[in-house]
Amino acid sequence: MAQFIKDGTVLLNNGASACSYAAAVGKMEGDGPLGHCFDYISDGAELGEKTWEKAESKLQQYAFEIALGKGKLQKQDISVIFAGDLLNQCTGSAYGLRDSEVPFIGLYGACSTMAESLMLASVCADMRLGRYFAAITSSHFCSAERQFRFPINYGGVRPPTAQWTATASGCCITKPCDKPPYIKAVTAGKITDMGIKDANNMGAAMAGAAYDSLSRHMENMKRTPDDYDAIFTGDLGQVGTDILHELFEKRGVDITQVHKDCGLMLYDREKQDVHAGGSGCGCSASVLCGHILPQIAAGELHNVLFAATGALMSTTMSQQGESIPGISHVVEISDNI
Amino acid sequence: MDISKKEYEQTAKKHAGSSKLYITLPKAFLIGGAICCLGELFLNIYQRYAGLDFDTAAAYTSITLVFLSALFTGFGWYEKIAKHGGAGTLVPITGFANAVVSPALEFKTEGYVLGTGAKMFVIAGPVIVYGISAAFIYGIIYYIYGFFA
Repeated sequence: MAQFIKDGTVLLNNGASACSYAAAVGKMEGDGPLGHCFDYISDGAELGEKTWEKAESKLQQYAFEIALGKGKLQKQDISVIFAGDLLNQCTGSAYGLRDSEVPFIGLYGACSTMAESLMLASVCADMRLGRYFAAITSSHFCSAERQFRFPINYGGVRPPTAQWTATASGCCITKPCDKPPYIKAVTAGKITDMGIKDANNMGAAMAGAAYDSLSRHMENMKRTPDDYDAIFTGDLGQVGTDILHELFEKRGVDITQVHKDCGLMLYDREKQDVHAGGSGCGCSASVLCGHILPQIAAGELHNVLFAATGALMSTTMSQQGESIPGISHVVEISDNI
Repeated sequence: MDISKKEYEQTAKKHAGSSKLYITLPKAFLIGGAICCLGELFLNIYQRYAGLDFDTAAAYTSITLVFLSALFTGFGWYEKIAKHGGAGTLVPITGFANAVVSPALEFKTEGYVLGTGAKMFVIAGPVIVYGISAAFIYGIIYYIYGFFA
Protein backbone atom coordinates (compact mmCIF):
# COMPACT_ATOMS: atom_id res chain seq x y z
CA MET A 1 0.00 0.00 0.00
CA ALA A 2 1.26 3.46 -0.87
CA GLN A 3 3.21 4.82 2.07
CA PHE A 4 3.64 8.49 2.86
CA ILE A 5 7.31 9.21 3.58
CA LYS A 6 7.42 12.96 4.19
CA ASP A 7 7.07 16.33 2.54
CA GLY A 8 5.11 15.20 -0.50
CA THR A 9 6.97 11.95 -1.15
CA VAL A 10 4.97 8.73 -1.37
CA LEU A 11 6.54 5.29 -1.68
CA LEU A 12 4.56 2.84 -3.80
CA ASN A 13 5.11 -0.32 -1.76
CA ASN A 14 2.73 -2.61 -3.64
CA GLY A 15 4.15 -1.39 -6.89
CA ALA A 16 2.59 -0.03 -10.03
CA SER A 17 3.57 -0.95 -13.56
CA ALA A 18 3.47 1.17 -16.68
CA CYS A 19 1.97 -1.59 -18.81
CA SER A 20 1.37 0.24 -22.08
CA TYR A 21 2.41 3.59 -23.49
CA ALA A 22 2.22 5.48 -26.74
CA ALA A 23 3.30 8.81 -28.20
CA ALA A 24 1.68 10.66 -31.08
CA VAL A 25 3.49 13.70 -32.46
CA GLY A 26 3.50 16.32 -35.20
CA LYS A 27 5.76 16.46 -38.24
CA MET A 28 8.46 18.65 -36.73
CA GLU A 29 8.76 16.37 -33.68
CA GLY A 30 8.86 13.39 -36.04
CA ASP A 31 11.77 15.03 -37.88
CA GLY A 32 13.65 15.46 -34.59
CA PRO A 33 16.28 13.15 -33.08
CA LEU A 34 13.62 10.97 -31.39
CA GLY A 35 11.47 10.65 -34.52
CA HIS A 36 12.01 6.88 -34.72
CA CYS A 37 10.57 6.40 -31.20
CA PHE A 38 7.06 7.65 -31.82
CA ASP A 39 4.00 5.52 -32.56
CA TYR A 40 2.28 8.07 -34.76
CA ILE A 41 3.71 11.00 -36.70
CA SER A 42 1.28 13.37 -38.35
CA ASP A 43 1.93 14.72 -41.88
CA GLY A 44 0.82 18.23 -40.99
CA ALA A 45 -0.33 20.34 -38.08
CA GLU A 46 -4.03 20.02 -38.93
CA LEU A 47 -4.51 16.24 -38.59
CA GLY A 48 -7.43 16.57 -40.98
CA GLU A 49 -9.27 18.97 -38.65
CA LYS A 50 -10.47 22.51 -39.27
CA THR A 51 -9.11 24.05 -36.06
CA TRP A 52 -5.89 23.70 -34.08
CA GLU A 53 -7.82 22.82 -30.92
CA LYS A 54 -9.58 19.94 -32.65
CA ALA A 55 -6.24 18.78 -34.05
CA GLU A 56 -4.78 18.70 -30.54
CA SER A 57 -7.76 16.71 -29.25
CA LYS A 58 -7.32 14.26 -32.09
CA LEU A 59 -3.65 13.82 -31.25
CA GLN A 60 -4.59 13.01 -27.68
CA GLN A 61 -7.27 10.60 -28.86
CA TYR A 62 -4.69 8.84 -31.08
CA ALA A 63 -2.23 8.49 -28.19
CA PHE A 64 -4.94 6.94 -26.01
CA GLU A 65 -6.15 4.55 -28.71
CA ILE A 66 -2.65 3.43 -29.68
CA ALA A 67 -1.72 2.84 -26.02
CA LEU A 68 -4.88 0.75 -25.58
CA GLY A 69 -4.06 -1.24 -28.73
CA LYS A 70 -0.44 -1.86 -27.72
CA GLY A 71 -1.60 -3.18 -24.33
CA LYS A 72 -4.37 -5.25 -25.95
CA LEU A 73 -6.87 -3.37 -23.84
CA GLN A 74 -10.38 -2.10 -24.42
CA LYS A 75 -11.41 1.33 -23.19
CA GLN A 76 -13.82 -0.40 -20.76
CA ASP A 77 -10.77 -1.85 -19.00
CA ILE A 78 -9.63 1.61 -17.89
CA SER A 79 -10.91 2.55 -14.42
CA VAL A 80 -10.02 6.25 -14.56
CA ILE A 81 -8.31 8.57 -17.04
CA PHE A 82 -6.16 11.39 -15.65
CA ALA A 83 -5.63 13.87 -18.43
CA GLY A 84 -4.65 17.46 -19.03
CA ASP A 85 -3.35 19.97 -21.55
CA LEU A 86 -2.55 23.67 -21.88
CA LEU A 87 -5.78 24.95 -23.38
CA ASN A 88 -8.26 27.03 -21.38
CA GLN A 89 -10.57 24.80 -19.34
CA CYS A 90 -8.50 21.77 -20.44
CA THR A 91 -10.54 21.36 -23.59
CA GLY A 92 -7.82 19.45 -25.43
CA SER A 93 -8.45 16.54 -23.06
CA ALA A 94 -12.20 16.94 -22.58
CA TYR A 95 -12.92 16.98 -26.34
CA GLY A 96 -10.27 14.44 -27.20
CA LEU A 97 -11.66 11.92 -24.73
CA ARG A 98 -15.36 12.80 -24.74
CA ASP A 99 -16.28 9.66 -26.66
CA SER A 100 -14.21 7.40 -24.43
CA GLU A 101 -16.98 6.73 -21.85
CA VAL A 102 -14.30 6.23 -19.21
CA PRO A 103 -14.36 7.98 -15.80
CA PHE A 104 -12.35 11.14 -16.39
CA ILE A 105 -10.40 13.43 -14.11
CA GLY A 106 -9.12 16.58 -15.81
CA LEU A 107 -5.88 18.03 -14.49
CA TYR A 108 -3.98 21.25 -14.95
CA GLY A 109 -0.32 21.41 -14.08
CA ALA A 110 0.78 23.28 -17.22
CA CYS A 111 3.74 21.44 -18.78
CA SER A 112 4.17 19.34 -15.60
CA THR A 113 0.85 17.58 -16.21
CA MET A 114 2.38 14.34 -17.51
CA ALA A 115 4.21 13.77 -14.21
CA GLU A 116 1.11 14.87 -12.30
CA SER A 117 -1.21 12.48 -14.15
CA LEU A 118 1.31 9.61 -14.03
CA MET A 119 1.78 10.20 -10.31
CA LEU A 120 -1.97 9.92 -9.66
CA ALA A 121 -2.41 6.98 -12.03
CA SER A 122 0.46 5.16 -10.30
CA VAL A 123 -0.77 5.83 -6.76
CA CYS A 124 -4.25 4.57 -7.77
CA ALA A 125 -2.71 1.42 -9.30
CA ASP A 126 -0.55 0.83 -6.23
CA MET A 127 -3.59 1.16 -3.97
CA ARG A 128 -5.55 -1.23 -6.19
CA LEU A 129 -8.33 1.30 -6.74
CA GLY A 130 -9.06 -0.24 -10.12
CA ARG A 131 -7.52 -2.38 -12.84
CA TYR A 132 -5.97 0.07 -15.26
CA PHE A 133 -5.42 3.81 -15.15
CA ALA A 134 -4.48 6.11 -17.98
CA ALA A 135 -2.31 9.24 -17.77
CA ILE A 136 -2.58 11.40 -20.88
CA THR A 137 -1.45 14.87 -21.86
CA SER A 138 -1.07 16.84 -25.06
CA SER A 139 -0.01 20.17 -26.47
CA HIS A 140 -0.12 21.69 -29.94
CA PHE A 141 2.17 24.46 -31.16
CA CYS A 142 -0.56 26.34 -33.01
CA SER A 143 -3.30 26.12 -30.34
CA ALA A 144 -0.80 27.23 -27.68
CA GLU A 145 0.53 30.09 -29.83
CA ARG A 146 -2.89 31.60 -30.46
CA GLN A 147 -3.90 31.26 -26.80
CA PHE A 148 -0.69 32.43 -25.12
CA ARG A 149 1.11 34.50 -27.73
CA PHE A 150 0.30 35.68 -31.24
CA PRO A 151 -1.47 34.41 -34.36
CA ILE A 152 0.63 31.92 -36.34
CA ASN A 153 1.14 34.26 -39.30
CA TYR A 154 2.09 37.27 -37.19
CA GLY A 155 5.66 38.34 -37.88
CA GLY A 156 6.81 38.63 -34.29
CA VAL A 157 10.37 37.78 -33.27
CA ARG A 158 11.05 35.30 -30.48
CA PRO A 159 13.90 35.99 -28.07
CA PRO A 160 16.66 33.33 -27.65
CA THR A 161 15.19 32.26 -24.27
CA ALA A 162 11.78 31.40 -25.81
CA GLN A 163 10.77 27.75 -26.13
CA TRP A 164 8.84 25.93 -28.80
CA THR A 165 5.54 24.30 -27.74
CA ALA A 166 5.63 20.69 -28.94
CA THR A 167 2.84 19.29 -31.06
CA ALA A 168 2.71 16.00 -29.23
CA SER A 169 0.73 13.75 -26.95
CA GLY A 170 1.66 10.86 -24.70
CA CYS A 171 -0.42 8.24 -22.96
CA CYS A 172 0.81 5.88 -20.26
CA ILE A 173 -1.44 3.16 -18.83
CA THR A 174 -0.67 1.90 -15.33
CA LYS A 175 -1.80 -1.21 -13.50
CA PRO A 176 -1.02 -2.92 -10.18
CA CYS A 177 2.48 -4.40 -10.07
CA ASP A 178 3.07 -6.66 -13.05
CA LYS A 179 6.28 -6.23 -15.01
CA PRO A 180 8.74 -3.37 -15.60
CA PRO A 181 8.77 -0.41 -15.88
CA TYR A 182 7.73 -0.02 -12.25
CA ILE A 183 6.76 3.29 -10.72
CA LYS A 184 8.37 3.12 -7.30
CA ALA A 185 7.87 6.50 -5.68
CA VAL A 186 6.45 9.92 -6.41
CA THR A 187 6.93 13.40 -5.00
CA ALA A 188 4.30 16.07 -5.44
CA GLY A 189 5.73 19.43 -6.41
CA LYS A 190 5.33 22.67 -4.48
CA ILE A 191 4.39 25.91 -6.15
CA THR A 192 7.76 27.60 -6.44
CA ASP A 193 7.90 31.22 -7.53
CA MET A 194 11.42 32.49 -8.07
CA GLY A 195 10.29 35.95 -9.16
CA ILE A 196 10.82 35.50 -12.92
CA LYS A 197 8.39 37.70 -14.86
CA ASP A 198 9.49 37.12 -18.44
CA ALA A 199 6.88 34.89 -20.13
CA ASN A 200 9.46 34.30 -22.86
CA ASN A 201 11.80 32.64 -20.39
CA MET A 202 9.84 29.69 -19.03
CA GLY A 203 12.98 27.64 -18.42
CA ALA A 204 14.15 30.15 -15.81
CA ALA A 205 10.67 30.29 -14.27
CA MET A 206 10.56 26.50 -13.83
CA ALA A 207 14.16 25.55 -12.97
CA GLY A 208 13.70 26.54 -9.32
CA ALA A 209 10.72 24.20 -9.00
CA ALA A 210 12.67 21.35 -10.60
CA TYR A 211 15.54 21.93 -8.19
CA ASP A 212 13.20 21.97 -5.18
CA SER A 213 11.28 18.82 -6.14
CA LEU A 214 14.31 16.81 -7.26
CA SER A 215 16.38 17.62 -4.19
CA ARG A 216 13.37 16.97 -1.92
CA HIS A 217 12.69 13.63 -3.59
CA MET A 218 16.30 12.49 -3.31
CA GLU A 219 16.54 13.66 0.30
CA ASN A 220 13.28 11.96 1.32
CA MET A 221 14.26 8.75 -0.47
CA LYS A 222 17.84 8.99 0.85
CA ARG A 223 19.31 8.90 -2.64
CA THR A 224 21.95 10.80 -4.57
CA PRO A 225 22.12 11.48 -8.33
CA ASP A 226 24.59 8.56 -8.58
CA ASP A 227 21.74 6.18 -7.73
CA TYR A 228 20.08 7.00 -11.04
CA ASP A 229 20.98 6.22 -14.63
CA ALA A 230 19.19 9.33 -15.73
CA ILE A 231 17.26 12.25 -14.29
CA PHE A 232 14.86 13.67 -16.86
CA THR A 233 13.35 17.10 -16.41
CA GLY A 234 10.30 18.10 -18.43
CA ASP A 235 11.00 21.12 -20.53
CA LEU A 236 13.54 23.42 -18.97
CA GLY A 237 15.24 24.00 -22.30
CA GLN A 238 18.83 25.21 -22.45
CA VAL A 239 18.39 28.21 -20.14
CA GLY A 240 16.55 26.26 -17.43
CA THR A 241 19.00 23.36 -17.72
CA ASP A 242 21.98 25.65 -17.16
CA ILE A 243 20.28 27.23 -14.15
CA LEU A 244 19.38 23.81 -12.67
CA HIS A 245 22.96 22.59 -13.04
CA GLU A 246 24.29 25.68 -11.32
CA LEU A 247 21.77 25.44 -8.45
CA PHE A 248 22.85 21.87 -7.72
CA GLU A 249 26.51 22.71 -8.22
CA LYS A 250 26.30 25.48 -5.62
CA ARG A 251 25.16 22.83 -3.12
CA GLY A 252 28.03 20.57 -4.06
CA VAL A 253 25.91 18.14 -6.08
CA ASP A 254 26.83 17.27 -9.65
CA ILE A 255 23.87 16.17 -11.76
CA THR A 256 25.38 17.01 -15.14
CA GLN A 257 26.39 13.39 -15.77
CA VAL A 258 22.88 11.99 -15.39
CA HIS A 259 20.62 14.93 -16.16
CA LYS A 260 18.75 15.18 -19.45
CA ASP A 261 15.97 17.54 -20.45
CA CYS A 262 13.06 16.37 -22.61
CA GLY A 263 12.83 19.86 -24.15
CA LEU A 264 16.41 19.48 -25.42
CA MET A 265 15.95 15.86 -26.53
CA LEU A 266 12.85 16.32 -28.67
CA TYR A 267 14.42 18.68 -31.20
CA ASP A 268 17.74 19.20 -32.90
CA ARG A 269 18.42 22.80 -31.88
CA GLU A 270 21.11 23.16 -34.54
CA LYS A 271 18.79 22.32 -37.41
CA GLN A 272 15.34 23.06 -36.01
CA ASP A 273 14.50 26.64 -35.11
CA VAL A 274 13.23 26.06 -31.56
CA HIS A 275 15.43 28.60 -29.74
CA ALA A 276 15.97 27.37 -26.13
CA GLY A 277 14.24 24.00 -26.72
CA GLY A 278 10.83 22.35 -26.62
CA SER A 279 8.04 22.81 -24.10
CA GLY A 280 4.38 22.00 -23.58
CA CYS A 281 2.50 19.14 -21.90
CA GLY A 282 3.15 16.93 -24.90
CA CYS A 283 6.92 17.49 -24.88
CA SER A 284 7.77 15.49 -21.75
CA ALA A 285 4.79 13.16 -22.37
CA SER A 286 6.00 12.09 -25.81
CA VAL A 287 9.62 11.71 -24.66
CA LEU A 288 8.47 9.65 -21.64
CA CYS A 289 6.11 7.39 -23.58
CA GLY A 290 8.15 7.14 -26.77
CA HIS A 291 11.69 7.01 -25.43
CA ILE A 292 12.16 6.70 -21.64
CA LEU A 293 9.64 3.97 -20.77
CA PRO A 294 10.62 1.73 -23.73
CA GLN A 295 14.27 2.08 -22.71
CA ILE A 296 13.48 0.99 -19.15
CA ALA A 297 11.38 -1.92 -20.44
CA ALA A 298 14.31 -2.98 -22.64
CA GLY A 299 16.68 -2.85 -19.67
CA GLU A 300 18.77 -0.05 -21.18
CA LEU A 301 17.89 2.22 -18.27
CA HIS A 302 17.43 0.93 -14.74
CA ASN A 303 16.61 3.70 -12.29
CA VAL A 304 15.20 6.94 -13.59
CA LEU A 305 13.65 10.11 -12.24
CA PHE A 306 11.06 11.83 -14.40
CA ALA A 307 10.37 15.40 -13.31
CA ALA A 308 8.07 17.26 -15.68
CA THR A 309 8.08 21.00 -15.05
CA GLY A 310 5.26 23.50 -15.48
CA ALA A 311 4.75 27.25 -15.37
CA LEU A 312 1.45 28.01 -13.66
CA MET A 313 0.83 31.38 -15.26
CA SER A 314 -1.77 32.85 -17.58
CA THR A 315 -1.53 35.75 -20.00
CA THR A 316 -3.89 37.70 -17.71
CA MET A 317 -1.63 37.32 -14.67
CA SER A 318 1.45 38.15 -16.75
CA GLN A 319 -0.22 41.32 -18.04
CA GLN A 320 -1.08 42.25 -14.45
CA GLY A 321 2.64 42.20 -13.71
CA GLU A 322 2.73 39.00 -11.64
CA SER A 323 5.75 36.73 -11.60
CA ILE A 324 5.52 33.15 -12.88
CA PRO A 325 5.04 30.32 -10.36
CA GLY A 326 6.65 27.04 -11.37
CA ILE A 327 5.91 23.48 -10.35
CA SER A 328 7.56 20.13 -10.85
CA HIS A 329 6.33 16.68 -9.86
CA VAL A 330 8.76 13.78 -9.61
CA VAL A 331 8.10 10.17 -10.56
CA GLU A 332 10.71 7.49 -9.87
CA ILE A 333 10.65 4.70 -12.42
CA SER A 334 12.73 1.52 -12.31
CA ASP A 335 13.17 -1.82 -14.03
CA ASN A 336 13.37 -3.66 -10.70
CA ILE A 337 10.95 -3.80 -7.80
CA MET B 1 13.72 26.29 -0.67
CA ASP B 2 17.28 27.12 0.24
CA ILE B 3 17.87 29.73 -2.46
CA SER B 4 16.91 33.38 -2.16
CA LYS B 5 15.08 35.10 -5.01
CA LYS B 6 17.97 37.52 -5.34
CA GLU B 7 20.50 34.72 -5.75
CA TYR B 8 18.19 33.01 -8.23
CA GLU B 9 17.72 36.18 -10.24
CA GLN B 10 21.48 36.53 -10.66
CA THR B 11 21.80 32.89 -11.75
CA ALA B 12 18.91 33.24 -14.20
CA LYS B 13 20.29 36.45 -15.66
CA LYS B 14 23.67 34.86 -16.24
CA HIS B 15 22.22 32.04 -18.34
CA ALA B 16 19.68 34.01 -20.38
CA GLY B 17 21.42 34.55 -23.69
CA SER B 18 20.69 37.71 -25.60
CA SER B 19 20.17 38.16 -29.34
CA LYS B 20 23.27 38.35 -31.50
CA LEU B 21 23.05 42.03 -32.41
CA TYR B 22 25.82 41.79 -35.00
CA ILE B 23 23.53 39.45 -36.97
CA THR B 24 20.06 40.79 -36.15
CA LEU B 25 20.80 44.48 -36.71
CA PRO B 26 22.26 44.18 -40.25
CA LYS B 27 19.46 41.77 -41.22
CA ALA B 28 16.80 44.20 -39.95
CA PHE B 29 18.54 47.03 -41.81
CA LEU B 30 18.76 45.11 -45.09
CA ILE B 31 15.24 43.63 -45.06
CA GLY B 32 13.60 46.82 -43.76
CA GLY B 33 15.61 48.80 -46.32
CA ALA B 34 14.54 46.45 -49.10
CA ILE B 35 10.87 47.00 -48.23
CA CYS B 36 11.41 50.77 -48.30
CA CYS B 37 13.25 50.50 -51.65
CA LEU B 38 10.28 48.55 -52.99
CA GLY B 39 8.06 51.42 -51.85
CA GLU B 40 10.31 53.91 -53.65
CA LEU B 41 10.14 51.76 -56.77
CA PHE B 42 6.34 51.77 -56.75
CA LEU B 43 6.31 55.52 -56.08
CA ASN B 44 8.52 56.16 -59.11
CA ILE B 45 6.57 53.80 -61.36
CA TYR B 46 3.23 55.36 -60.42
CA GLN B 47 4.57 58.86 -61.04
CA ARG B 48 6.45 58.13 -64.24
CA TYR B 49 4.29 55.57 -66.02
CA ALA B 50 0.82 56.17 -64.56
CA GLY B 51 1.20 59.95 -64.66
CA LEU B 52 0.06 60.43 -61.05
CA ASP B 53 1.07 63.41 -58.93
CA PHE B 54 3.27 62.76 -55.88
CA ASP B 55 0.51 62.62 -53.22
CA THR B 56 -1.70 60.25 -55.22
CA ALA B 57 1.28 58.06 -56.13
CA ALA B 58 2.28 57.92 -52.43
CA ALA B 59 -1.22 56.76 -51.47
CA TYR B 60 -1.15 54.12 -54.21
CA THR B 61 2.27 52.98 -52.96
CA SER B 62 0.91 52.48 -49.44
CA ILE B 63 -2.08 50.58 -50.80
CA THR B 64 0.20 48.33 -52.87
CA LEU B 65 2.51 47.56 -49.94
CA VAL B 66 -0.43 46.83 -47.63
CA PHE B 67 -1.94 44.55 -50.28
CA LEU B 68 1.34 42.68 -50.77
CA SER B 69 1.84 42.31 -47.01
CA ALA B 70 -1.70 40.95 -46.57
CA LEU B 71 -1.14 38.53 -49.45
CA PHE B 72 2.19 37.37 -48.05
CA THR B 73 0.61 36.95 -44.59
CA GLY B 74 -2.15 34.83 -46.07
CA PHE B 75 0.35 32.54 -47.76
CA GLY B 76 2.36 32.29 -44.53
CA TRP B 77 5.42 33.95 -46.12
CA TYR B 78 5.46 37.16 -44.12
CA GLU B 79 6.30 35.50 -40.81
CA LYS B 80 9.15 33.64 -42.51
CA ILE B 81 10.64 36.94 -43.71
CA ALA B 82 9.84 38.63 -40.38
CA LYS B 83 11.77 35.97 -38.48
CA HIS B 84 14.89 37.41 -40.05
CA GLY B 85 13.66 40.96 -40.58
CA GLY B 86 12.70 41.76 -36.97
CA ALA B 87 12.01 45.47 -36.67
CA GLY B 88 12.82 45.76 -40.38
CA THR B 89 9.49 44.08 -41.20
CA LEU B 90 7.64 45.43 -38.14
CA VAL B 91 8.17 49.17 -38.58
CA PRO B 92 7.14 49.73 -42.24
CA ILE B 93 3.44 49.85 -43.12
CA THR B 94 3.70 46.19 -44.15
CA GLY B 95 4.18 45.25 -40.48
CA PHE B 96 0.97 47.02 -39.59
CA ALA B 97 -0.91 45.16 -42.33
CA ASN B 98 0.51 41.86 -41.08
CA ALA B 99 -0.61 42.72 -37.53
CA VAL B 100 -4.19 43.20 -38.77
CA VAL B 101 -4.41 40.36 -41.26
CA SER B 102 -2.80 37.63 -39.13
CA PRO B 103 -5.40 37.72 -36.29
CA ALA B 104 -8.19 38.16 -38.85
CA LEU B 105 -7.13 34.86 -40.44
CA GLU B 106 -6.23 33.10 -37.21
CA PHE B 107 -9.54 33.74 -35.47
CA LYS B 108 -11.71 32.99 -38.50
CA THR B 109 -12.41 29.63 -36.85
CA GLU B 110 -14.51 31.45 -34.22
CA GLY B 111 -16.70 33.00 -36.92
CA TYR B 112 -16.67 36.23 -38.95
CA VAL B 113 -18.24 38.33 -36.17
CA LEU B 114 -16.81 37.07 -32.87
CA GLY B 115 -13.63 35.76 -34.46
CA THR B 116 -12.35 37.82 -37.38
CA GLY B 117 -14.36 40.96 -36.55
CA ALA B 118 -13.67 41.03 -32.83
CA LYS B 119 -10.04 39.95 -32.94
CA MET B 120 -8.83 41.75 -36.07
CA PHE B 121 -7.36 44.68 -34.14
CA VAL B 122 -6.15 42.71 -31.14
CA ILE B 123 -2.50 43.53 -31.99
CA ALA B 124 -2.86 46.72 -34.03
CA GLY B 125 -5.61 48.18 -31.80
CA PRO B 126 -3.27 49.87 -29.30
CA VAL B 127 -1.36 51.51 -32.19
CA ILE B 128 -4.61 52.95 -33.57
CA VAL B 129 -5.90 54.08 -30.14
CA TYR B 130 -2.71 55.84 -29.11
CA GLY B 131 -1.94 57.04 -32.63
CA ILE B 132 -5.31 58.80 -32.89
CA SER B 133 -5.06 60.07 -29.30
CA ALA B 134 -1.61 61.55 -29.96
CA ALA B 135 -2.85 63.17 -33.18
CA PHE B 136 -5.81 64.64 -31.30
CA ILE B 137 -3.62 66.13 -28.57
CA TYR B 138 -1.23 67.50 -31.19
CA GLY B 139 -4.22 69.06 -32.97
CA ILE B 140 -5.38 70.83 -29.81
CA ILE B 141 -1.89 72.18 -29.12
CA TYR B 142 -1.58 73.33 -32.73
CA TYR B 143 -5.00 75.02 -32.51
CA ILE B 144 -4.11 76.90 -29.31
CA TYR B 145 -0.70 77.83 -30.74
CA GLY B 146 -2.58 79.42 -33.65
CA PHE B 147 -4.02 82.11 -31.35
CA PHE B 148 -0.59 83.34 -30.33
CA ALA B 149 1.36 82.88 -33.52
